[in-house]
Amino acid sequence: MRSVRGLVPAVLAAGVLLSCGGAFAASAEKGKAAFIQHGCWQCHGMQGQGSTAGPKLAPDAMPIETFTAFVRTTNRAMPPYSEAILSNGDLEDIHAYLQTIPKPAESIPLLNQ
Amino acid sequence: MARKDPQVSRRKFLAGVAVASGATAVPPAQAATAASTSAAPRRPSALPPTMHVAAAETGTPKELPRIGGVPGSDFMVDVIKTLDIKYLPSNPASSFRAIHESLINYGGNKMPEFLTCAHEESAVAMAHGYFKVAGKPLMTLCHGTVGLQHAAMAVYNAWCDRVPVIIVGGNDLDAAHRPPGVPTIHSAQDINALVRDFTKWDDTPVSLQHFAQSFVRAYKIAMTPPYGPVAIALDAGLQQEPMRNGEKLYIPRYLPTSPPQGDTGAVKEAARLLANAQNPVIVADRAARSENGVRLLVELAEALQAQVIDQGGRMNFPNTHYLRRPPTAVGNADVILGMELTDFWATVNAYIDNGEHGIGVNTSRIKPETKLISINASELLTKANYQDFQRFQSVDVSMAADAEATLPALIEAVKAAIPNDRRAAIEKRGEAAKKAFAEARERTRQAAALAWDASPISTARMSMEIWAHIKDLDWSLVSISGVGFNWPNRLWPMEKHYQWLGASGGYGVGYGAPASVGAALANRDLGRFSVNIQADGDLMYAPGVLWTAARHNIPQLAVMFNNRGYHQEVMHVQRLSNFRNRVANLGNDMGPIGTSIQNPDIEYHKLAESMGWWAKGPIKDPAQLGPAIKEAVAVVKSGQPALLNVWTQPR
Repeated sequence: MRSVRGLVPAVLAAGVLLSCGGAFAASAEKGKAAFIQHGCWQCHGMQGQGSTAGPKLAPDAMPIETFTAFVRTTNRAMPPYSEAILSNGDLEDIHAYLQTIPKPAESIPLLNQ
Repeated sequence: MARKDPQVSRRKFLAGVAVASGATAVPPAQAATAASTSAAPRRPSALPPTMHVAAAETGTPKELPRIGGVPGSDFMVDVIKTLDIKYLPSNPASSFRAIHESLINYGGNKMPEFLTCAHEESAVAMAHGYFKVAGKPLMTLCHGTVGLQHAAMAVYNAWCDRVPVIIVGGNDLDAAHRPPGVPTIHSAQDINALVRDFTKWDDTPVSLQHFAQSFVRAYKIAMTPPYGPVAIALDAGLQQEPMRNGEKLYIPRYLPTSPPQGDTGAVKEAARLLANAQNPVIVADRAARSENGVRLLVELAEALQAQVIDQGGRMNFPNTHYLRRPPTAVGNADVILGMELTDFWATVNAYIDNGEHGIGVNTSRIKPETKLISINASELLTKANYQDFQRFQSVDVSMAADAEATLPALIEAVKAAIPNDRRAAIEKRGEAAKKAFAEARERTRQAAALAWDASPISTARMSMEIWAHIKDLDWSLVSISGVGFNWPNRLWPMEKHYQWLGASGGYGVGYGAPASVGAALANRDLGRFSVNIQADGDLMYAPGVLWTAARHNIPQLAVMFNNRGYHQEVMHVQRLSNFRNRVANLGNDMGPIGTSIQNPDIEYHKLAESMGWWAKGPIKDPAQLGPAIKEAVAVVKSGQPALLNVWTQPR
């Protein structure tokens, strides 16, 4: 089995740099487009609500560090996205998009039938 | 196959017809020549008839040749009628024209009633869906080679889903006498070979008496658990030729076979393990064949206060019961009872499609010391070629038996085996289960609320908009085609056997639409309301079944799960692209090239409307969905099918 443990600290560090460096001004609008372009919607739904194929990503998006580490190094059902196919900029934009997704209403009558 | 001494040979009959036709018809070429060479002046339109014409028009015509005696296919209809087969969905074909004629004229088109289908796959899948509601099999007629090839995918689904269907394929065996051209191309030495790997039994009767035995035997084999499809090749000559003079034929009486029950010793050992377990878990896939099966499974679970995982091959266990659990519950089990599991290996092992070693990773879901018990009639049905038996899983107690038939003995054995000092612990287990169940329900409601106002419409929202309009009806969810749409199972209270029918079995896409029509047909006769969540990709395989539903007044509410893609494949190609560190090429679509159903978008509502359905769409705004469902439900209640084309989230 290919080990990915050694990669995690490096990628976590990359995530911290992404979130703190300020080199990119993350754009939720661009992130929404990237979310579609890179196929995130396929398993997680167009609003990150999750489905039988993938967990919910929003609202309450995970911290950018955790998010980045998972996307880059996952060895589970979700395939990892290397920087060659998903840039750091796009990844940060996607996270920005997820942060804009609001919580659902407190009470939805159809769900209380 | 031609019989030796028919009273009137079909060959002679056909030759006689040809001679008679030749005597009265004028070939077009001769007629044209006569017209062009006539130079006579135009005559009045009404001329006195010649003696020849007058005699021809007023005399008693000479009788044309007819087949004498009782047609063999009439006897076949007598045989079929003894088995109370209500419907016969089929696409018409020359190789079974004789029995077709007997069914509708001699048999009065009743028991069975011929239902016109636009595709053989639709016909078999209708029979598949019908059985899962009615508990009774249908028969279908197929053209021997081309028709059976069309039907094959649906036969495979029925095989994998353990559903009986009686398939009769027309075939003209006698190569020396059958018409040349198409009938010969459409004949084969052994048409059943096409489906032999995934049918329980097949036969090629060569006499009428043989047919009677074969047909009743086929019915009996198909209806003995484990159920499955059967095939009979029916020779065109045997159908067309009359019964022999003085031939005494009999029809064997059908009496059902008792399903196989688990061995007494194995049942006792299973009961001992379950009764003494700290955390027993029951996993059911196709365990409940009837309402009684559901009741028995509840009784067993409550006796043990054991958690139940329903894998959904059938409606095994109410989703409103506090002992119902998700698949992850196997993780804490010390004893697992698997009942009619399609895949015991995958129940206790996880496969992660992450590309490791080029294939993926296997990990155990259970503790190493967990004891496994299996009751599975499919062990009596295994064939070599197709691999629907899945990976090999060693189990501690294995019964090649029908789960539902074994449940009464197992329940008694469990009750007898529970030690007195375990009863308090078992009761406590139940209290913990009630708390966990309530918490899980709340989490489900919270998950369903996400993306509630999204457009395209969330699948949870669509489910609850439908529910609002059917909850007070005697409803049956006849199909959910497409992968990953599981909100009705999570949100709609399902307690009756017919409220959930399971999936296709073989995962052959194209099952949903025709199976829903077959199931809706059975529900129509029982006065129930049928609702179908219809995937877009599934409908496009053989949409002609929509016409069959309208033609035969089979009502259902079909709400499209229109995510505009083959979504399982969208993700497969995305995954492989990532494994290979390449950007997935989308072309101009949303999913990787070859996986989208868009550009142009299909107007399913217009497709349905053109085939006689009430239909509306495309509906993309969730606020418009409820009112549209209300309208559609009213149409369905009036006895007609209705379809709503709803654009949805991917899953």
